[in-house]
Amino acid sequence: MSVSSGRIIIIGAGQAGLQTAEALRSGGYAGEIVMLGDEAYGPYHRPPLSKAWLAGEMEAAQLMMRAPELLAKKNIELRTGTKVNAIDNAGKMVRLSDDSELSFSGLVLATGSTPRILNIPGANAKHVLALRTRDDASAIMQALLHCAKSKLPLVVIGGGFIGLEVAATARKRGLQVTVLEASPRLLGRVLAPVLSEWYAALHRSHGVQIEFNVTLKEIEQKNGAVCAVLTQEGKRYPAGMVLVGIGVEANDMLARDAGIACDRGVIVDDCSRTSMEGIVAAGDCTARRIADGSLLRLESVQNATEQGKSAAAALLGQSRPFTATPWFWSDQYDKKLQMAGLSMGSNAWAVRGSMESGVFSVFHFRDGKLVAVDSVNDSKIHLLSRKLLDAGALPSPDQAADTAFDLNSLLAK
Amino acid sequence: MPQITYIEASGQSTTVNVPEGWSLMQGATANGVEGILGECGGSCACATCHCYVDEPWLAKLSAPTEGELEMLENTASERKANSRLACQIKATAALDGMVVHLPESQE
Ligand SMILES: Cc1cc2nc3c(=O)[nH]c(=O)nc-3n(C[C@H](O)[C@H](O)[C@H](O)COP(=O)(O)OP(=O)(O)OC[C@H]3O[C@@H](n4cnc5c(N)ncnc54)[C@H](O)[C@@H]3O)c2cc1C
Ligand code: FES
Repeated sequence: MSVSSGRIIIIGAGQAGLQTAEALRSGGYAGEIVMLGDEAYGPYHRPPLSKAWLAGEMEAAQLMMRAPELLAKKNIELRTGTKVNAIDNAGKMVRLSDDSELSFSGLVLATGSTPRILNIPGANAKHVLALRTRDDASAIMQALLHCAKSKLPLVVIGGGFIGLEVAATARKRGLQVTVLEASPRLLGRVLAPVLSEWYAALHRSHGVQIEFNVTLKEIEQKNGAVCAVLTQEGKRYPAGMVLVGIGVEANDMLARDAGIACDRGVIVDDCSRTSMEGIVAAGDCTARRIADGSLLRLESVQNATEQGKSAAAALLGQSRPFTATPWFWSDQYDKKLQMAGLSMGSNAWAVRGSMESGVFSVFHFRDGKLVAVDSVNDSKIHLLSRKLLDAGALPSPDQAADTAFDLNSLLAK
Repeated sequence: MPQITYIEASGQSTTVNVPEGWSLMQGATANGVEGILGECGGSCACATCHCYVDEPWLAKLSAPTEGELEMLENTASERKANSRLACQIKATAALDGMVVHLPESQE
């Protein structure tokens, strides 16, 4: 596929949408680029929403990714507050929420994801909130103030990254925090058990109450607002606010309705191409077909920027596969977790450094082969691990655990 | 508000008023300076906000953290003695007039 002129429409004005637009321009595309976003704001950074922004350490203007002047200079037209309701692929146009139509010669799906909804009685009570957008974060700020005033704890449902980051920020603000997790450990989908335990200990040492194997029953309300969370086990957890952090779902509905292949995400190849000629997708809304044939869903800044670059290249008729080692980070208290690779399916691990000291890396192996490295306050090893994994220069478990062994020497070969 | 001058690799120079407490990365991206990306939003996790701090100002900055020093090993352009991550430098009155140069490439 190659689009050489005409209008490229980007649906979604987030990290992936912006990256695609800028990469189209730096790749030499001279035609019209229109980025349509249903939020009231231009592209902004989401990661601080659970961290510095929620801690009250930033103003909204500091979240913005690009000044309007820069987008104008690059001739990228941004339309905020504009939702796409349908894609008409045969007619090569999109239908907007005001019923107007806009034709395209190339289309980018960068619609992101939406937090999963809590499905128990009372879940629509006031102060039961999820975190995805700036507006969500503002509502959470208000609800946290309510917690402080009413001296009621924040209850976090789901021990995933967003929930735990909000828990850490709320502790920083002096609030009581309870985390309710359905499974027997924190971050079970992404971390190996050894790190789950370490994170549980970290949060407990900061005064967070964590309950595992919890089955929720109901949100108890008072005057329409949450006042407690009730569990099937018969427990009652008082709450001034509930943060629902039980994962996200890819926004793939538009694509599905247009007949584009989807499976819990818009299916793309490693060059961000969808099943439909002239249509590419990038970021949280995608499910990428990887080498072993399975579909990989990632929700990260790196995934959005890498797939955005690949999507732009694909529209310009080039192949720019995203094959780099996936990476991610999460900030909780004074600990920065940086992950390289994917530890799912690993069956052995080795620690470099000491977990007690709080500066260490855990190397994950599958059948003796390094597949991922999770580093805590250890950026040097994180960066090196990305290089090792990219190059396939893999240390053995013994080499990984031996701080006297120079991992750099593997790259020199 | 401290005035900061960003000089892009092309020679293009932009002087902007950066509110105190804002990072130099935020000052750049909020004002249309092209040579800084700031992909991670200032979390010291991407190294796409690399800058070279002009000599006289270097000593006025607080020392880089261990994390910043480590991330500086991952810059797309050459790391020099005056390399810093713009998201880790907060604008203060003492930095009024500061000049930073931006690298050829951030990714
Ligand atoms: C609180 C929080 C903390 C995070 N922390 C980290 C972190 O520490 N590290 C990390 O790597 N990642 C983190 N992430 C994840 C990261 O922010 C996302 O992976 C990234 O933003 C994905 O970019 P995207 O462009 O795919 O989606 P988004 O940034 O969500 O952009 C999609 C946009 O499309 C819009 N849209 C959807 N449908 C339509 C439509 N029909 N018409 C018009 N517009 C539409 C949406 O409203 C949205 O504005 C965090 C996310 C959150 C929410
Ligand atoms: S913005 Fe990512 S390291 Fe500075």
